[in-house]
Amino acid sequence: MVGIHTGVRSRRRASTVAVMGVATALLALAGCGGGGSSANGKYGFPEAKQEASSTITVWVDADRQAAAQAFQKANPDTKIKVVTYDGSANGSNSFRTKMQLFDRAGNGWPDVVFSSQNNDAAWASQKNGGKQAFAAVLDKGLVPKETLSNFTKGSLDPCTVDGRVYCLRNDLAQAVLWYNKPLLEQFGYALPTTWEEYQALGEKVAKEHPGYIIGTAGDAWTPEVFMWASKCQANDVTGPKSVTVKTDSTECKRAASMLDALRRNGTVPVVSVFTPEFLKKYSGKVLMMPGPAWYAGAIFRNPESLDVPAGQLGVAAPLTWKGESEAVTGNVGGGTWFISSHSKNLKAAENFVQFVTTADEYQVDAAPGYPAYAPAAEKWIAKQEASKYYATSLQPVVTAASRVWAGWGYPTFSQEAIWAKTMTPGVTGGKSIVDLLPTWRTAIENQAKVNGYVVN
Amino acid sequence: MTLAPSSDQLTVDASRGRRSRRGGGKPAGRASARSPIGYVFVSPYALLTIAFGIVPSLYAVLLAFTNADGGFAGFDNFTKVIDDFRFWPAVFHVTIYLVIWLLGLVVFVVGLALMVHAIGVRWVSTTLRFVYYLPGALAGASSILLWLFVLDPTASPVSGLLSAMGFDSFVQVIQPGNLPAIFAIIAFWTGAGGWIIIMYGALNNISTEVIEAARIDGANAVQIALRIQLPMLRKWVAYMGVMSLAAGTQLFVEPQLLSQASNAVVPNDYSLNQLAYQYAFQQNDFNGAAAISLILLVVALLLSWVFVTRGGLFEKE
Repeated sequence: MVGIHTGVRSRRRASTVAVMGVATALLALAGCGGGGSSANGKYGFPEAKQEASSTITVWVDADRQAAAQAFQKANPDTKIKVVTYDGSANGSNSFRTKMQLFDRAGNGWPDVVFSSQNNDAAWASQKNGGKQAFAAVLDKGLVPKETLSNFTKGSLDPCTVDGRVYCLRNDLAQAVLWYNKPLLEQFGYALPTTWEEYQALGEKVAKEHPGYIIGTAGDAWTPEVFMWASKCQANDVTGPKSVTVKTDSTECKRAASMLDALRRNGTVPVVSVFTPEFLKKYSGKVLMMPGPAWYAGAIFRNPESLDVPAGQLGVAAPLTWKGESEAVTGNVGGGTWFISSHSKNLKAAENFVQFVTTADEYQVDAAPGYPAYAPAAEKWIAKQEASKYYATSLQPVVTAASRVWAGWGYPTFSQEAIWAKTMTPGVTGGKSIVDLLPTWRTAIENQAKVNGYVVN
Repeated sequence: MTLAPSSDQLTVDASRGRRSRRGGGKPAGRASARSPIGYVFVSPYALLTIAFGIVPSLYAVLLAFTNADGGFAGFDNFTKVIDDFRFWPAVFHVTIYLVIWLLGLVVFVVGLALMVHAIGVRWVSTTLRFVYYLPGALAGASSILLWLFVLDPTASPVSGLLSAMGFDSFVQVIQPGNLPAIFAIIAFWTGAGGWIIIMYGALNNISTEVIEAARIDGANAVQIALRIQLPMLRKWVAYMGVMSLAAGTQLFVEPQLLSQASNAVVPNDYSLNQLAYQYAFQQNDFNGAAAISLILLVVALLLSWVFVTRGGLFEKE
């Protein structure tokens, strides 16, 4: 920086540098010190010395404060300290950032952490620079087998690395087809059952009812709704540090060309659902929209968004591609709960995580999203249907929950960020998604490599 | 982000300059060496600078030349970050931004300061200086949040202007090609006001006799500005260049917030500082992050040296 006074005598400077050198070395040593116990515990990871009555520190985002409150009410004897943080929302990476700093300091880790990012197990399950992995292994006795087996099929995939479970899923974000039932009937259209029918419907809507839309492709999760549901192998995580990236397959191309066609005719605009532009142009104009389960509350039944009145919003199961027997779908988010492998009170931490993911007091009574724990999900759906808001049964949401295609994985880097920075500006600038597929592949491969992945 | 010194600082600097001139070449530090109270005043600054400036910098040097296990790594970290596919685009982005911003800053700040200085009506001049300074009051992240609205054609108070320029959506506005100009405009808007006040102060320092003499010799306002005022402002322009360069190479808040607000359409590795942040906190590679920081430091020091020597910042008159 400018302004540093340089007229100091050289002898004094030498001694100052020496003092600083020592201070730096001490700091470095302090940074390298600490760490957990090296003994291997009964749950499959090195445990800290347990103190059964110690307070557990729980990190939650603002929405999950209700979960901590429900636990405190049901377990007044367990001492917990609740810390609110951003939940790593919007890709802030706060969770990872803070844990890496605690790793360097050798202490400070919370006992339980909620994260709104699905790919945290990819790093939390791995040793960091020789330091013990943050996440505790849950399926080696820490969480009962029966509890684990009651989670919806495939819902623990983001938590599973190399065959071991490192987190419990809070809620699911399976993609379904939301639609406006009275509007569809008024236009005289049948509900599509395949993506080909969906595209044909888009072409009809463009001609007969211009201005109406059947989806959007302007959000970072566009690949997760459309490419994932088409079994595009752009993100197939085959090992803790290996990924297969193929964007030139028929599966990728069919989804890309469908999006190109619908984007050109204006029925699937490149506009994010969370922008003022979307509300201004498309309020009352959404005929249908493939998207995650949470669109119901965040977009349709939200006075600050589309605010669709009761009795209009219908939901259909994910669409198939022609010639394929069973539909698969993508997933856009859903939170996860981690237990720290450094916790001094694993029992209380496990009690907490099991409660917030499975107990009705939170998952059915207070949780805003579709519970990952299947018995809670059934009751949650029944409660939603009882509200009489929806125009159809919500059964397709349940069907879609176990249909998330397993060929799209959860690496440490964000596919959403890659799509947003590579594809969105290109598409907005007039290029076609089909033409951009090789660019997308290169971008994913580059990102994977700098994150230490071997690309197949 | 933009570091504009206050007018108080200007006064102090100016008075220091006068004192050293009067001192007839005696070392400026002599007087303070005799009075211990000087050390008392300086010590908090010195201690904080050592704790939060020098020690972390030395720690960064240590990290840059070691690997994750603490072993000596030579220049491995530097070659690794330079080979990274994100490095050169980030260098390019920051360079383009700096060129646009620094040129804009020098031309407009000096131009506006000369203009305001030339205005004879006192209240007009005072009002204009206040208006120029006002945007700077909304500093840092909050000003960028404001700009998020200004740049979105559907919410912007200047949506007509954006539409006239062919922008109908936020994503169109924040296309990669537009970003250096956008960041330069944001930085100018928040930082230029302070500099205009400083240039105004510097213009006030030019002796009225010199201006008067030029006027008697027949120089008009433009000639006075170009031949008298501009050359005499050289040091201050260089000072502004150095300070702005240091701040500009550290471009971080604007792209980072815009990245989050645009759901990553503006990449989170747009600038070198962001890339260092990605290395440290996304890839858990503090050594790589330190290497990028050192590269930035060296480049900023070299460029500052050019400004200092060309601008004659430390020359005595």
